[in-house]
Amino acid sequence: MNSFPIVVIGAGPAGLSAAIEAAKAGAKVLVIDENLKPGGQLFKQIHKFFGSRVHKAGVRGMDIGRQLLEETKNLGIEVWLDTEVCGIDQTKNIWAIRNKDTSVNIRAEKVIVASGATENAVRFPGWTLPGVMGAGAAQTMINTNHVLPGKKILMVGSGNVGVIVSYQLLQAGAEVVGIIEAAPQLGGYGVHTAKVRRAGVPFYTAHTIKRAMGDHCVAGAEIVGLDAGWNPIPGTEKVLKIDTICLATGLTPLTELAWIAGCEFTYIPELGGHVPIHDLHMESTVKGIYIAGDISGVEEASTAMEEGRLAGISAAADLGCYTAEEKRKRTLEIWDHLNALRCGQFGQKRRDAKDRILAVGKEMISWAVHV
Amino acid sequence: MGSPCLKTVGAPSLEELRNSPAFPKSEDFMRGPIAVIECIEEIPCNPCETSCRKGAIVIGDPITNLPRIDFEKCIGCGICVAACPGLAIYIKDYTYSDEEARISFPYEYLPLPQKGDVVQLIGRTGEMVCSGTVIGMQNSRQNDRTTIVTVAYPKNFFDEVISMKRIKNKS
Amino acid sequence: MTRICEHPILGDLTGVDQVTIIVDGKPYPAHEGEMIAAALLANDIKTFRYTAHQHRPRGIYCGIGRCTDCIMTVDGIPNIRTCITPVRDGMVIETQYGVGEWKRGDHHE
Repeated sequence: MNSFPIVVIGAGPAGLSAAIEAAKAGAKVLVIDENLKPGGQLFKQIHKFFGSRVHKAGVRGMDIGRQLLEETKNLGIEVWLDTEVCGIDQTKNIWAIRNKDTSVNIRAEKVIVASGATENAVRFPGWTLPGVMGAGAAQTMINTNHVLPGKKILMVGSGNVGVIVSYQLLQAGAEVVGIIEAAPQLGGYGVHTAKVRRAGVPFYTAHTIKRAMGDHCVAGAEIVGLDAGWNPIPGTEKVLKIDTICLATGLTPLTELAWIAGCEFTYIPELGGHVPIHDLHMESTVKGIYIAGDISGVEEASTAMEEGRLAGISAAADLGCYTAEEKRKRTLEIWDHLNALRCGQFGQKRRDAKDRILAVGKEMISWAVHV
Repeated sequence: MGSPCLKTVGAPSLEELRNSPAFPKSEDFMRGPIAVIECIEEIPCNPCETSCRKGAIVIGDPITNLPRIDFEKCIGCGICVAACPGLAIYIKDYTYSDEEARISFPYEYLPLPQKGDVVQLIGRTGEMVCSGTVIGMQNSRQNDRTTIVTVAYPKNFFDEVISMKRIKNKS
Repeated sequence: MTRICEHPILGDLTGVDQVTIIVDGKPYPAHEGEMIAAALLANDIKTFRYTAHQHRPRGIYCGIGRCTDCIMTVDGIPNIRTCITPVRDGMVIETQYGVGEWKRGDHHE
């Protein structure tokens, strides 16, 4: 039986940040990830991040990934890659498969689940054709694998993911034929939309995809205008000559492990759906199980890192590595960082949604120490 | 949201920009090179402020405040251009010469133009505006792979130009 | 050719060791250590398998090992997620039909 005071599941921005904070406090940490390489989706984020200095603003996501790995290494944190967690019970016994062939059990005193999120699909005739893929998949192909998924792209969805990946497809040498958005207004930051617009990419607001064309793979797309009630307007169909359709239609938290562990959930559509209820310290309704990053509501890597730090500090403090006063001080400091990212016309909605989770958490988590 | 053009076309109109606190008035352009920030939404971001060595750009707290620039302090040095994660800042100089203005904008595509090249200059929606001559390229370590291209172009297109058309790869 | 050889942010991406993979009996060049799905895309192969009942073509969908749309038969083992499995020199990759078929007794190396 392997035994670790703290086990972090997921080596993305949230998980690594959690592990680093916990290890800095002196706790022994194991990080588990199903992938062959750590970093989660950070290494395909080749753009400079927003925020302020404390959020590493102006640094490219991939370089933040490198910094996190460096810190992980320097702190001597054990990382098990190619290890898939299949179950956690309420006593924090973890069952995992290592290297696809060895079953292992790990006993943890504290577990931090930072499992991330998965891309949503939208269904339309032809959506299963080769050439229809998640925007994140296209981003993985260009920035991690260095191959173009196609030469002429239609992006579905104008949120930040859609416009950032469109920009990166242009940088990789593809042509983005258009970005469609079902809503009457574009979703992403104006600075991102402006960047692709000046590169000549047209936006189609109040448009949806009617079908993907092609027999063996995508050979075109038919798009159609939508009225105020989101109904297609006959006669507004337009055929675009493209070979790839990227779907940037939101993400859903990957919550299976939290469900298995018995965490209570609440439904927050603005954050991607069902998310585990948690308190200010990212502790779930199962004592000793913490969550951080997109599993606790889909946001971005900058907030995921701060939430990871919160979870790491709490778990370490609950093992006695910090005094109650130190925990309180550091927790409040990180909440300041988080609140800075969750304000303004884009962030306030997420702040309100997070407050709703915390309000439920306050009721349900009896041992929660409120700071 | 109060920016209909930005939120439908994808790029802000000149009118939307002129209503934002950082956008220079025409008299500000008479001073010489200055930073132009096309950032009109409250997003959590402040590297423009922290990168400015002259203290000319102010965002303050919260970091979602729109940037403001003191054009008496701004010297058009261009440090904020590569620091801006949104690639939303360029330097413009109306006083460059009698006939020509100068713009320095961020550029993250390949191939890069060469000094002396004549390039097509574009406006906010990617429309062709005029041509100009590349007079400088800057890509220091601090830029972190965001090249700053400086182009001289005819003054009568001063407001419209914000960047250059991407150069098509030969292949 | 859909390989990205030079990139404004990622730099020069050439100079990677070449290996050979066999796809449906034909040899193709691939880059050492890259994911099978990437190697196939680089060789303009987009269809990875056909579904069991309606024989519909499928390819890359999520690219990070979650959706299993990109599974193929690799070295005799069906249902291998090609987007998260690196190539090896001489690897035998086959378009998968339906749920695939085990082509050897031992499924571990």
